[in-house]
Amino acid sequence: MNWFHWLANPARFMRFAARLQPWIMALGLLTGAAGFYFALFASPADYQQGETVRIMYVHVPSAWMAMFIYVVMAAAAGSFLIWKHPLADVAAQAAAPVGAGFTLMALITGSLWGQPMWGTWWVWDARLTSVLILFFLYLGYIALVNAFDDPERGSKAGAILLLVGVVNIPIIKFSVDWWNTLHQPASVARMDGPSIDPSMLLPLLLMAAAFKLYFLYLLIVRMRGELMARRIRLLHLSDVS
Amino acid sequence: MGGYATYVWSSYGVVVVMLAVMLISSVIGGRTRDRELTALEERVGPRRQRRQQNDPEDTRHDA
Amino acid sequence: MKCFFVLVRRDLSLALRQGSDAAMALMFFVIVVTLFPLAVGPEPGVLERISSGIVWVAALLAAMLSLDRMFQTDYDDGSLELMLLTPVPLEVLVLAKCLAHWLTTGLPMLLIAPLLGVFMNMQTEAFPVLLASMALGTPVLSLLGGVGAALVLGARRAGTLVALLVLPLTIPLLIFGVSAVEAAVTGQSAKAQLLILGAMLMACLPLAPWATAAALRQAAG
Repeated sequence: MNWFHWLANPARFMRFAARLQPWIMALGLLTGAAGFYFALFASPADYQQGETVRIMYVHVPSAWMAMFIYVVMAAAAGSFLIWKHPLADVAAQAAAPVGAGFTLMALITGSLWGQPMWGTWWVWDARLTSVLILFFLYLGYIALVNAFDDPERGSKAGAILLLVGVVNIPIIKFSVDWWNTLHQPASVARMDGPSIDPSMLLPLLLMAAAFKLYFLYLLIVRMRGELMARRIRLLHLSDVS
Repeated sequence: MGGYATYVWSSYGVVVVMLAVMLISSVIGGRTRDRELTALEERVGPRRQRRQQNDPEDTRHDA
Repeated sequence: MKCFFVLVRRDLSLALRQGSDAAMALMFFVIVVTLFPLAVGPEPGVLERISSGIVWVAALLAAMLSLDRMFQTDYDDGSLELMLLTPVPLEVLVLAKCLAHWLTTGLPMLLIAPLLGVFMNMQTEAFPVLLASMALGTPVLSLLGGVGAALVLGARRAGTLVALLVLPLTIPLLIFGVSAVEAAVTGQSAKAQLLILGAMLMACLPLAPWATAAALRQAAG
């Protein structure tokens, strides 16, 4: 846990992150380019779903990111409330709009996939509805954090909301197993190994890695911005007094 | 694309556009704040004593 | 335990003396439901089909109306700080506040729901299930609402914000509440849905006051 506390110093963390940033960008561009190539050109069409299966390579990683970012934010909120690490709160606030963006991407690509496959843009089944709730949770968090005159209050209230909203994550994850829905069940993260062909798994995993790296890169950029915003607020206050 | 080209390309388009928008707006926001902070620090400058021990430059590395 | 009942009695007498808050939430509930036959047309078949959903949605919205007042007055006049100072765990006091809130908004809505069911041509066989689902669901509403009400203390536009935060969390409640009544209308057993609603209540009973207490502590401290 030592490195964890060592990195809790904002200046030290940002120095560390700045050194990491070019590597993340290079790796992200590499996996992203390979992912798009395999997803669009070098992978077979599905025997049932035809070419629309290619939407999966952006839809599924977006949905993973939507949940992953929420879990990251909730973990950050927990460590902010327990250990009072200010950086954890900075991370949660910096990640929120990105999480909302990925959720929206998952919803849009999902409905673009649903139209040719199910014949409808949207169905009110458990998976879709709970992802929509996730989207509202992101927006609610952003609204709550910004609703206070004292930013400290907003941070803490937001952190508690994030922890309360965590109940939605298992509901999303298991909704397709618990309810009979149009949405297909999970085919990658399963106990008995993925039930998906390797030629399709490769682009999926490449895209997922690229999305993760993109998020990491963006998180560093946004955290730096958030730290600067806080310093600006501080200087304004000391300027006034 | 087997008749589904519109759906496939538009979903990839949505993804690429959204990724780009999030990245660009974050970078631009960071730049704006960087400028604002530099101007502010020059103005409030003399009053700042913490600078030596907690160098704020470190939080403002731009890649 | 004594503190618990004292607080419930205090909140109830306050609510009865002021009267307006609880009564307004109830009136809102009735008015929202009566708007629907005017909006979608008075055909009995249509109304019967959508009755359970409308009653549930109206109940959710009406509960949201009174939520932001739940801790606001205590926060403003300083009673909240006194509650924090008492040796009684804050979670217990929160539970008392939620119970008082349920008794003043959830229970009246529950009692008037069958009347609205009649308005909406709901089948009489579905009434017991409607009552059961609301009896299990409205306390969850008060408990979840408590979390939201504590989170927005001191925020700008708290009343709107609390609805935005709490309504998404109540969606599972709405889904199972409505599907219980639907099942009863179509002659199936509503047991599974009612059990899930009960499970939600059991999960919220310890967890929601805990989160509410955490939010109240940071609001006061």
